Amino acid sequence: MKSKAIDIIKEDLWKNNPVTVQILGICSTLAVTNIFLNTLLMGLGLTFVMAFSALTISLLRYVIPQRVRMMVQVLVISSFVIIVDLSLKTTVSHISRALGPYVGLIITNCIIMGRLEAFASSNKPGIAFLDGIMSGIGYSWILLVIAFFRELLGFGTVVGIQVMDPLMQTIGVTEGWTSWAFMIMAPGGFFMLALFIWVSNSMAMGHRNMEN
Amino acid sequence: MEYLSPITIFFAAIFTSNILLTYFLGMCSFLSVSKQIKTAFGLGLAVTFVLTITSALNYIIYYTLLQPFGIEYLRYIVFIVLVAAVVQLLEMFIQRFSEVLYINLGIFLPLITVNCAILGVSLFMIIREYTFLQSVFFGAGSGLGWLLVIVAMAGIRERLNEQKIPPALRGAGIVLIISGIMAMGFVGFSGIVQIQ
Repeated sequence: MKSKAIDIIKEDLWKNNPVTVQILGICSTLAVTNIFLNTLLMGLGLTFVMAFSALTISLLRYVIPQRVRMMVQVLVISSFVIIVDLSLKTTVSHISRALGPYVGLIITNCIIMGRLEAFASSNKPGIAFLDGIMSGIGYSWILLVIAFFRELLGFGTVVGIQVMDPLMQTIGVTEGWTSWAFMIMAPGGFFMLALFIWVSNSMAMGHRNMEN
Repeated sequence: MEYLSPITIFFAAIFTSNILLTYFLGMCSFLSVSKQIKTAFGLGLAVTFVLTITSALNYIIYYTLLQPFGIEYLRYIVFIVLVAAVVQLLEMFIQRFSEVLYINLGIFLPLITVNCAILGVSLFMIIREYTFLQSVFFGAGSGLGWLLVIVAMAGIRERLNEQKIPPALRGAGIVLIISGIMAMGFVGFSGIVQIQ
């Protein structure tokens, strides 16, 4: 049991990571990765939805008829998304507005459906909950890395604090940091993700070569 | 907010604010079904069709049922169920009336329910407070924009097979880089007209 849990953690965080290896569910969140804080909230929301829908589906796995299971999964996911959406609206309304429709789009995020179908519907609640959390984190940390670089290059800031300007001034560039507007726009997101996949694939390949 | 004519929104949705290249919606099926022009075109047509119908239906339901009763927060559930229902109905309808169309389009239909572009367009039209006509044109334009990009990508990928690509970049990596370059091209349109 314990080793299975450790395996799940390893698989979800790196070896079989939903973003870099399976390339699933990038639609709903890639769009908000130009600001670190938004991405963090989005990742937290997704992890929450993922963990609790996995738990619910796992608890109900003997009750749900096979033929309508997709519909039930979608309904469970949407209910948790509504909870996330309402709590974001009441606590951090300005970020909720910036995220726009993307919180709602967690519903159609393929990762959640994929994990529910592949794992939660045939495993015990405890382990399904863990898998939900880990897949959520495995997904979020990559987007957070992308968001970190996009924000740093696009605005010259880290979590909203200007860092590049002082840095440039200390090395003698008086006009400060010239923001890469390109990074904030959509193409920057595509290129950053492509780079990330490139690096992680190369590392996986190098690893395999060493084993052989 | 100044009023935009439906025609403006239609063209803006295709070019300046392409649903795929500026909002990243519908990426999953874009990455997996863009290997051949023929299948990409079929899926694109199906998406355009479903988008136009669901944006109209979701508009009617949102403003006649959800808003008067103050239950807007239920829109996620209602929209996704409606999208699934439309796709299901469409599948039955096509199967009944056109065997040829069913063979060409049928296999893509189940994929469409989980295409984020469909739900995304419905959510965007609510947030941007479009009128009925604006919403329908926005839906149709977004669908055509999606079709345009996926067919273009399929055309590029068909030729990519013969190229030497670094092994680690094969598959999704190179597709994302090409999408990035395409997105840069589409960003060039953005001076013409802006919808948020």
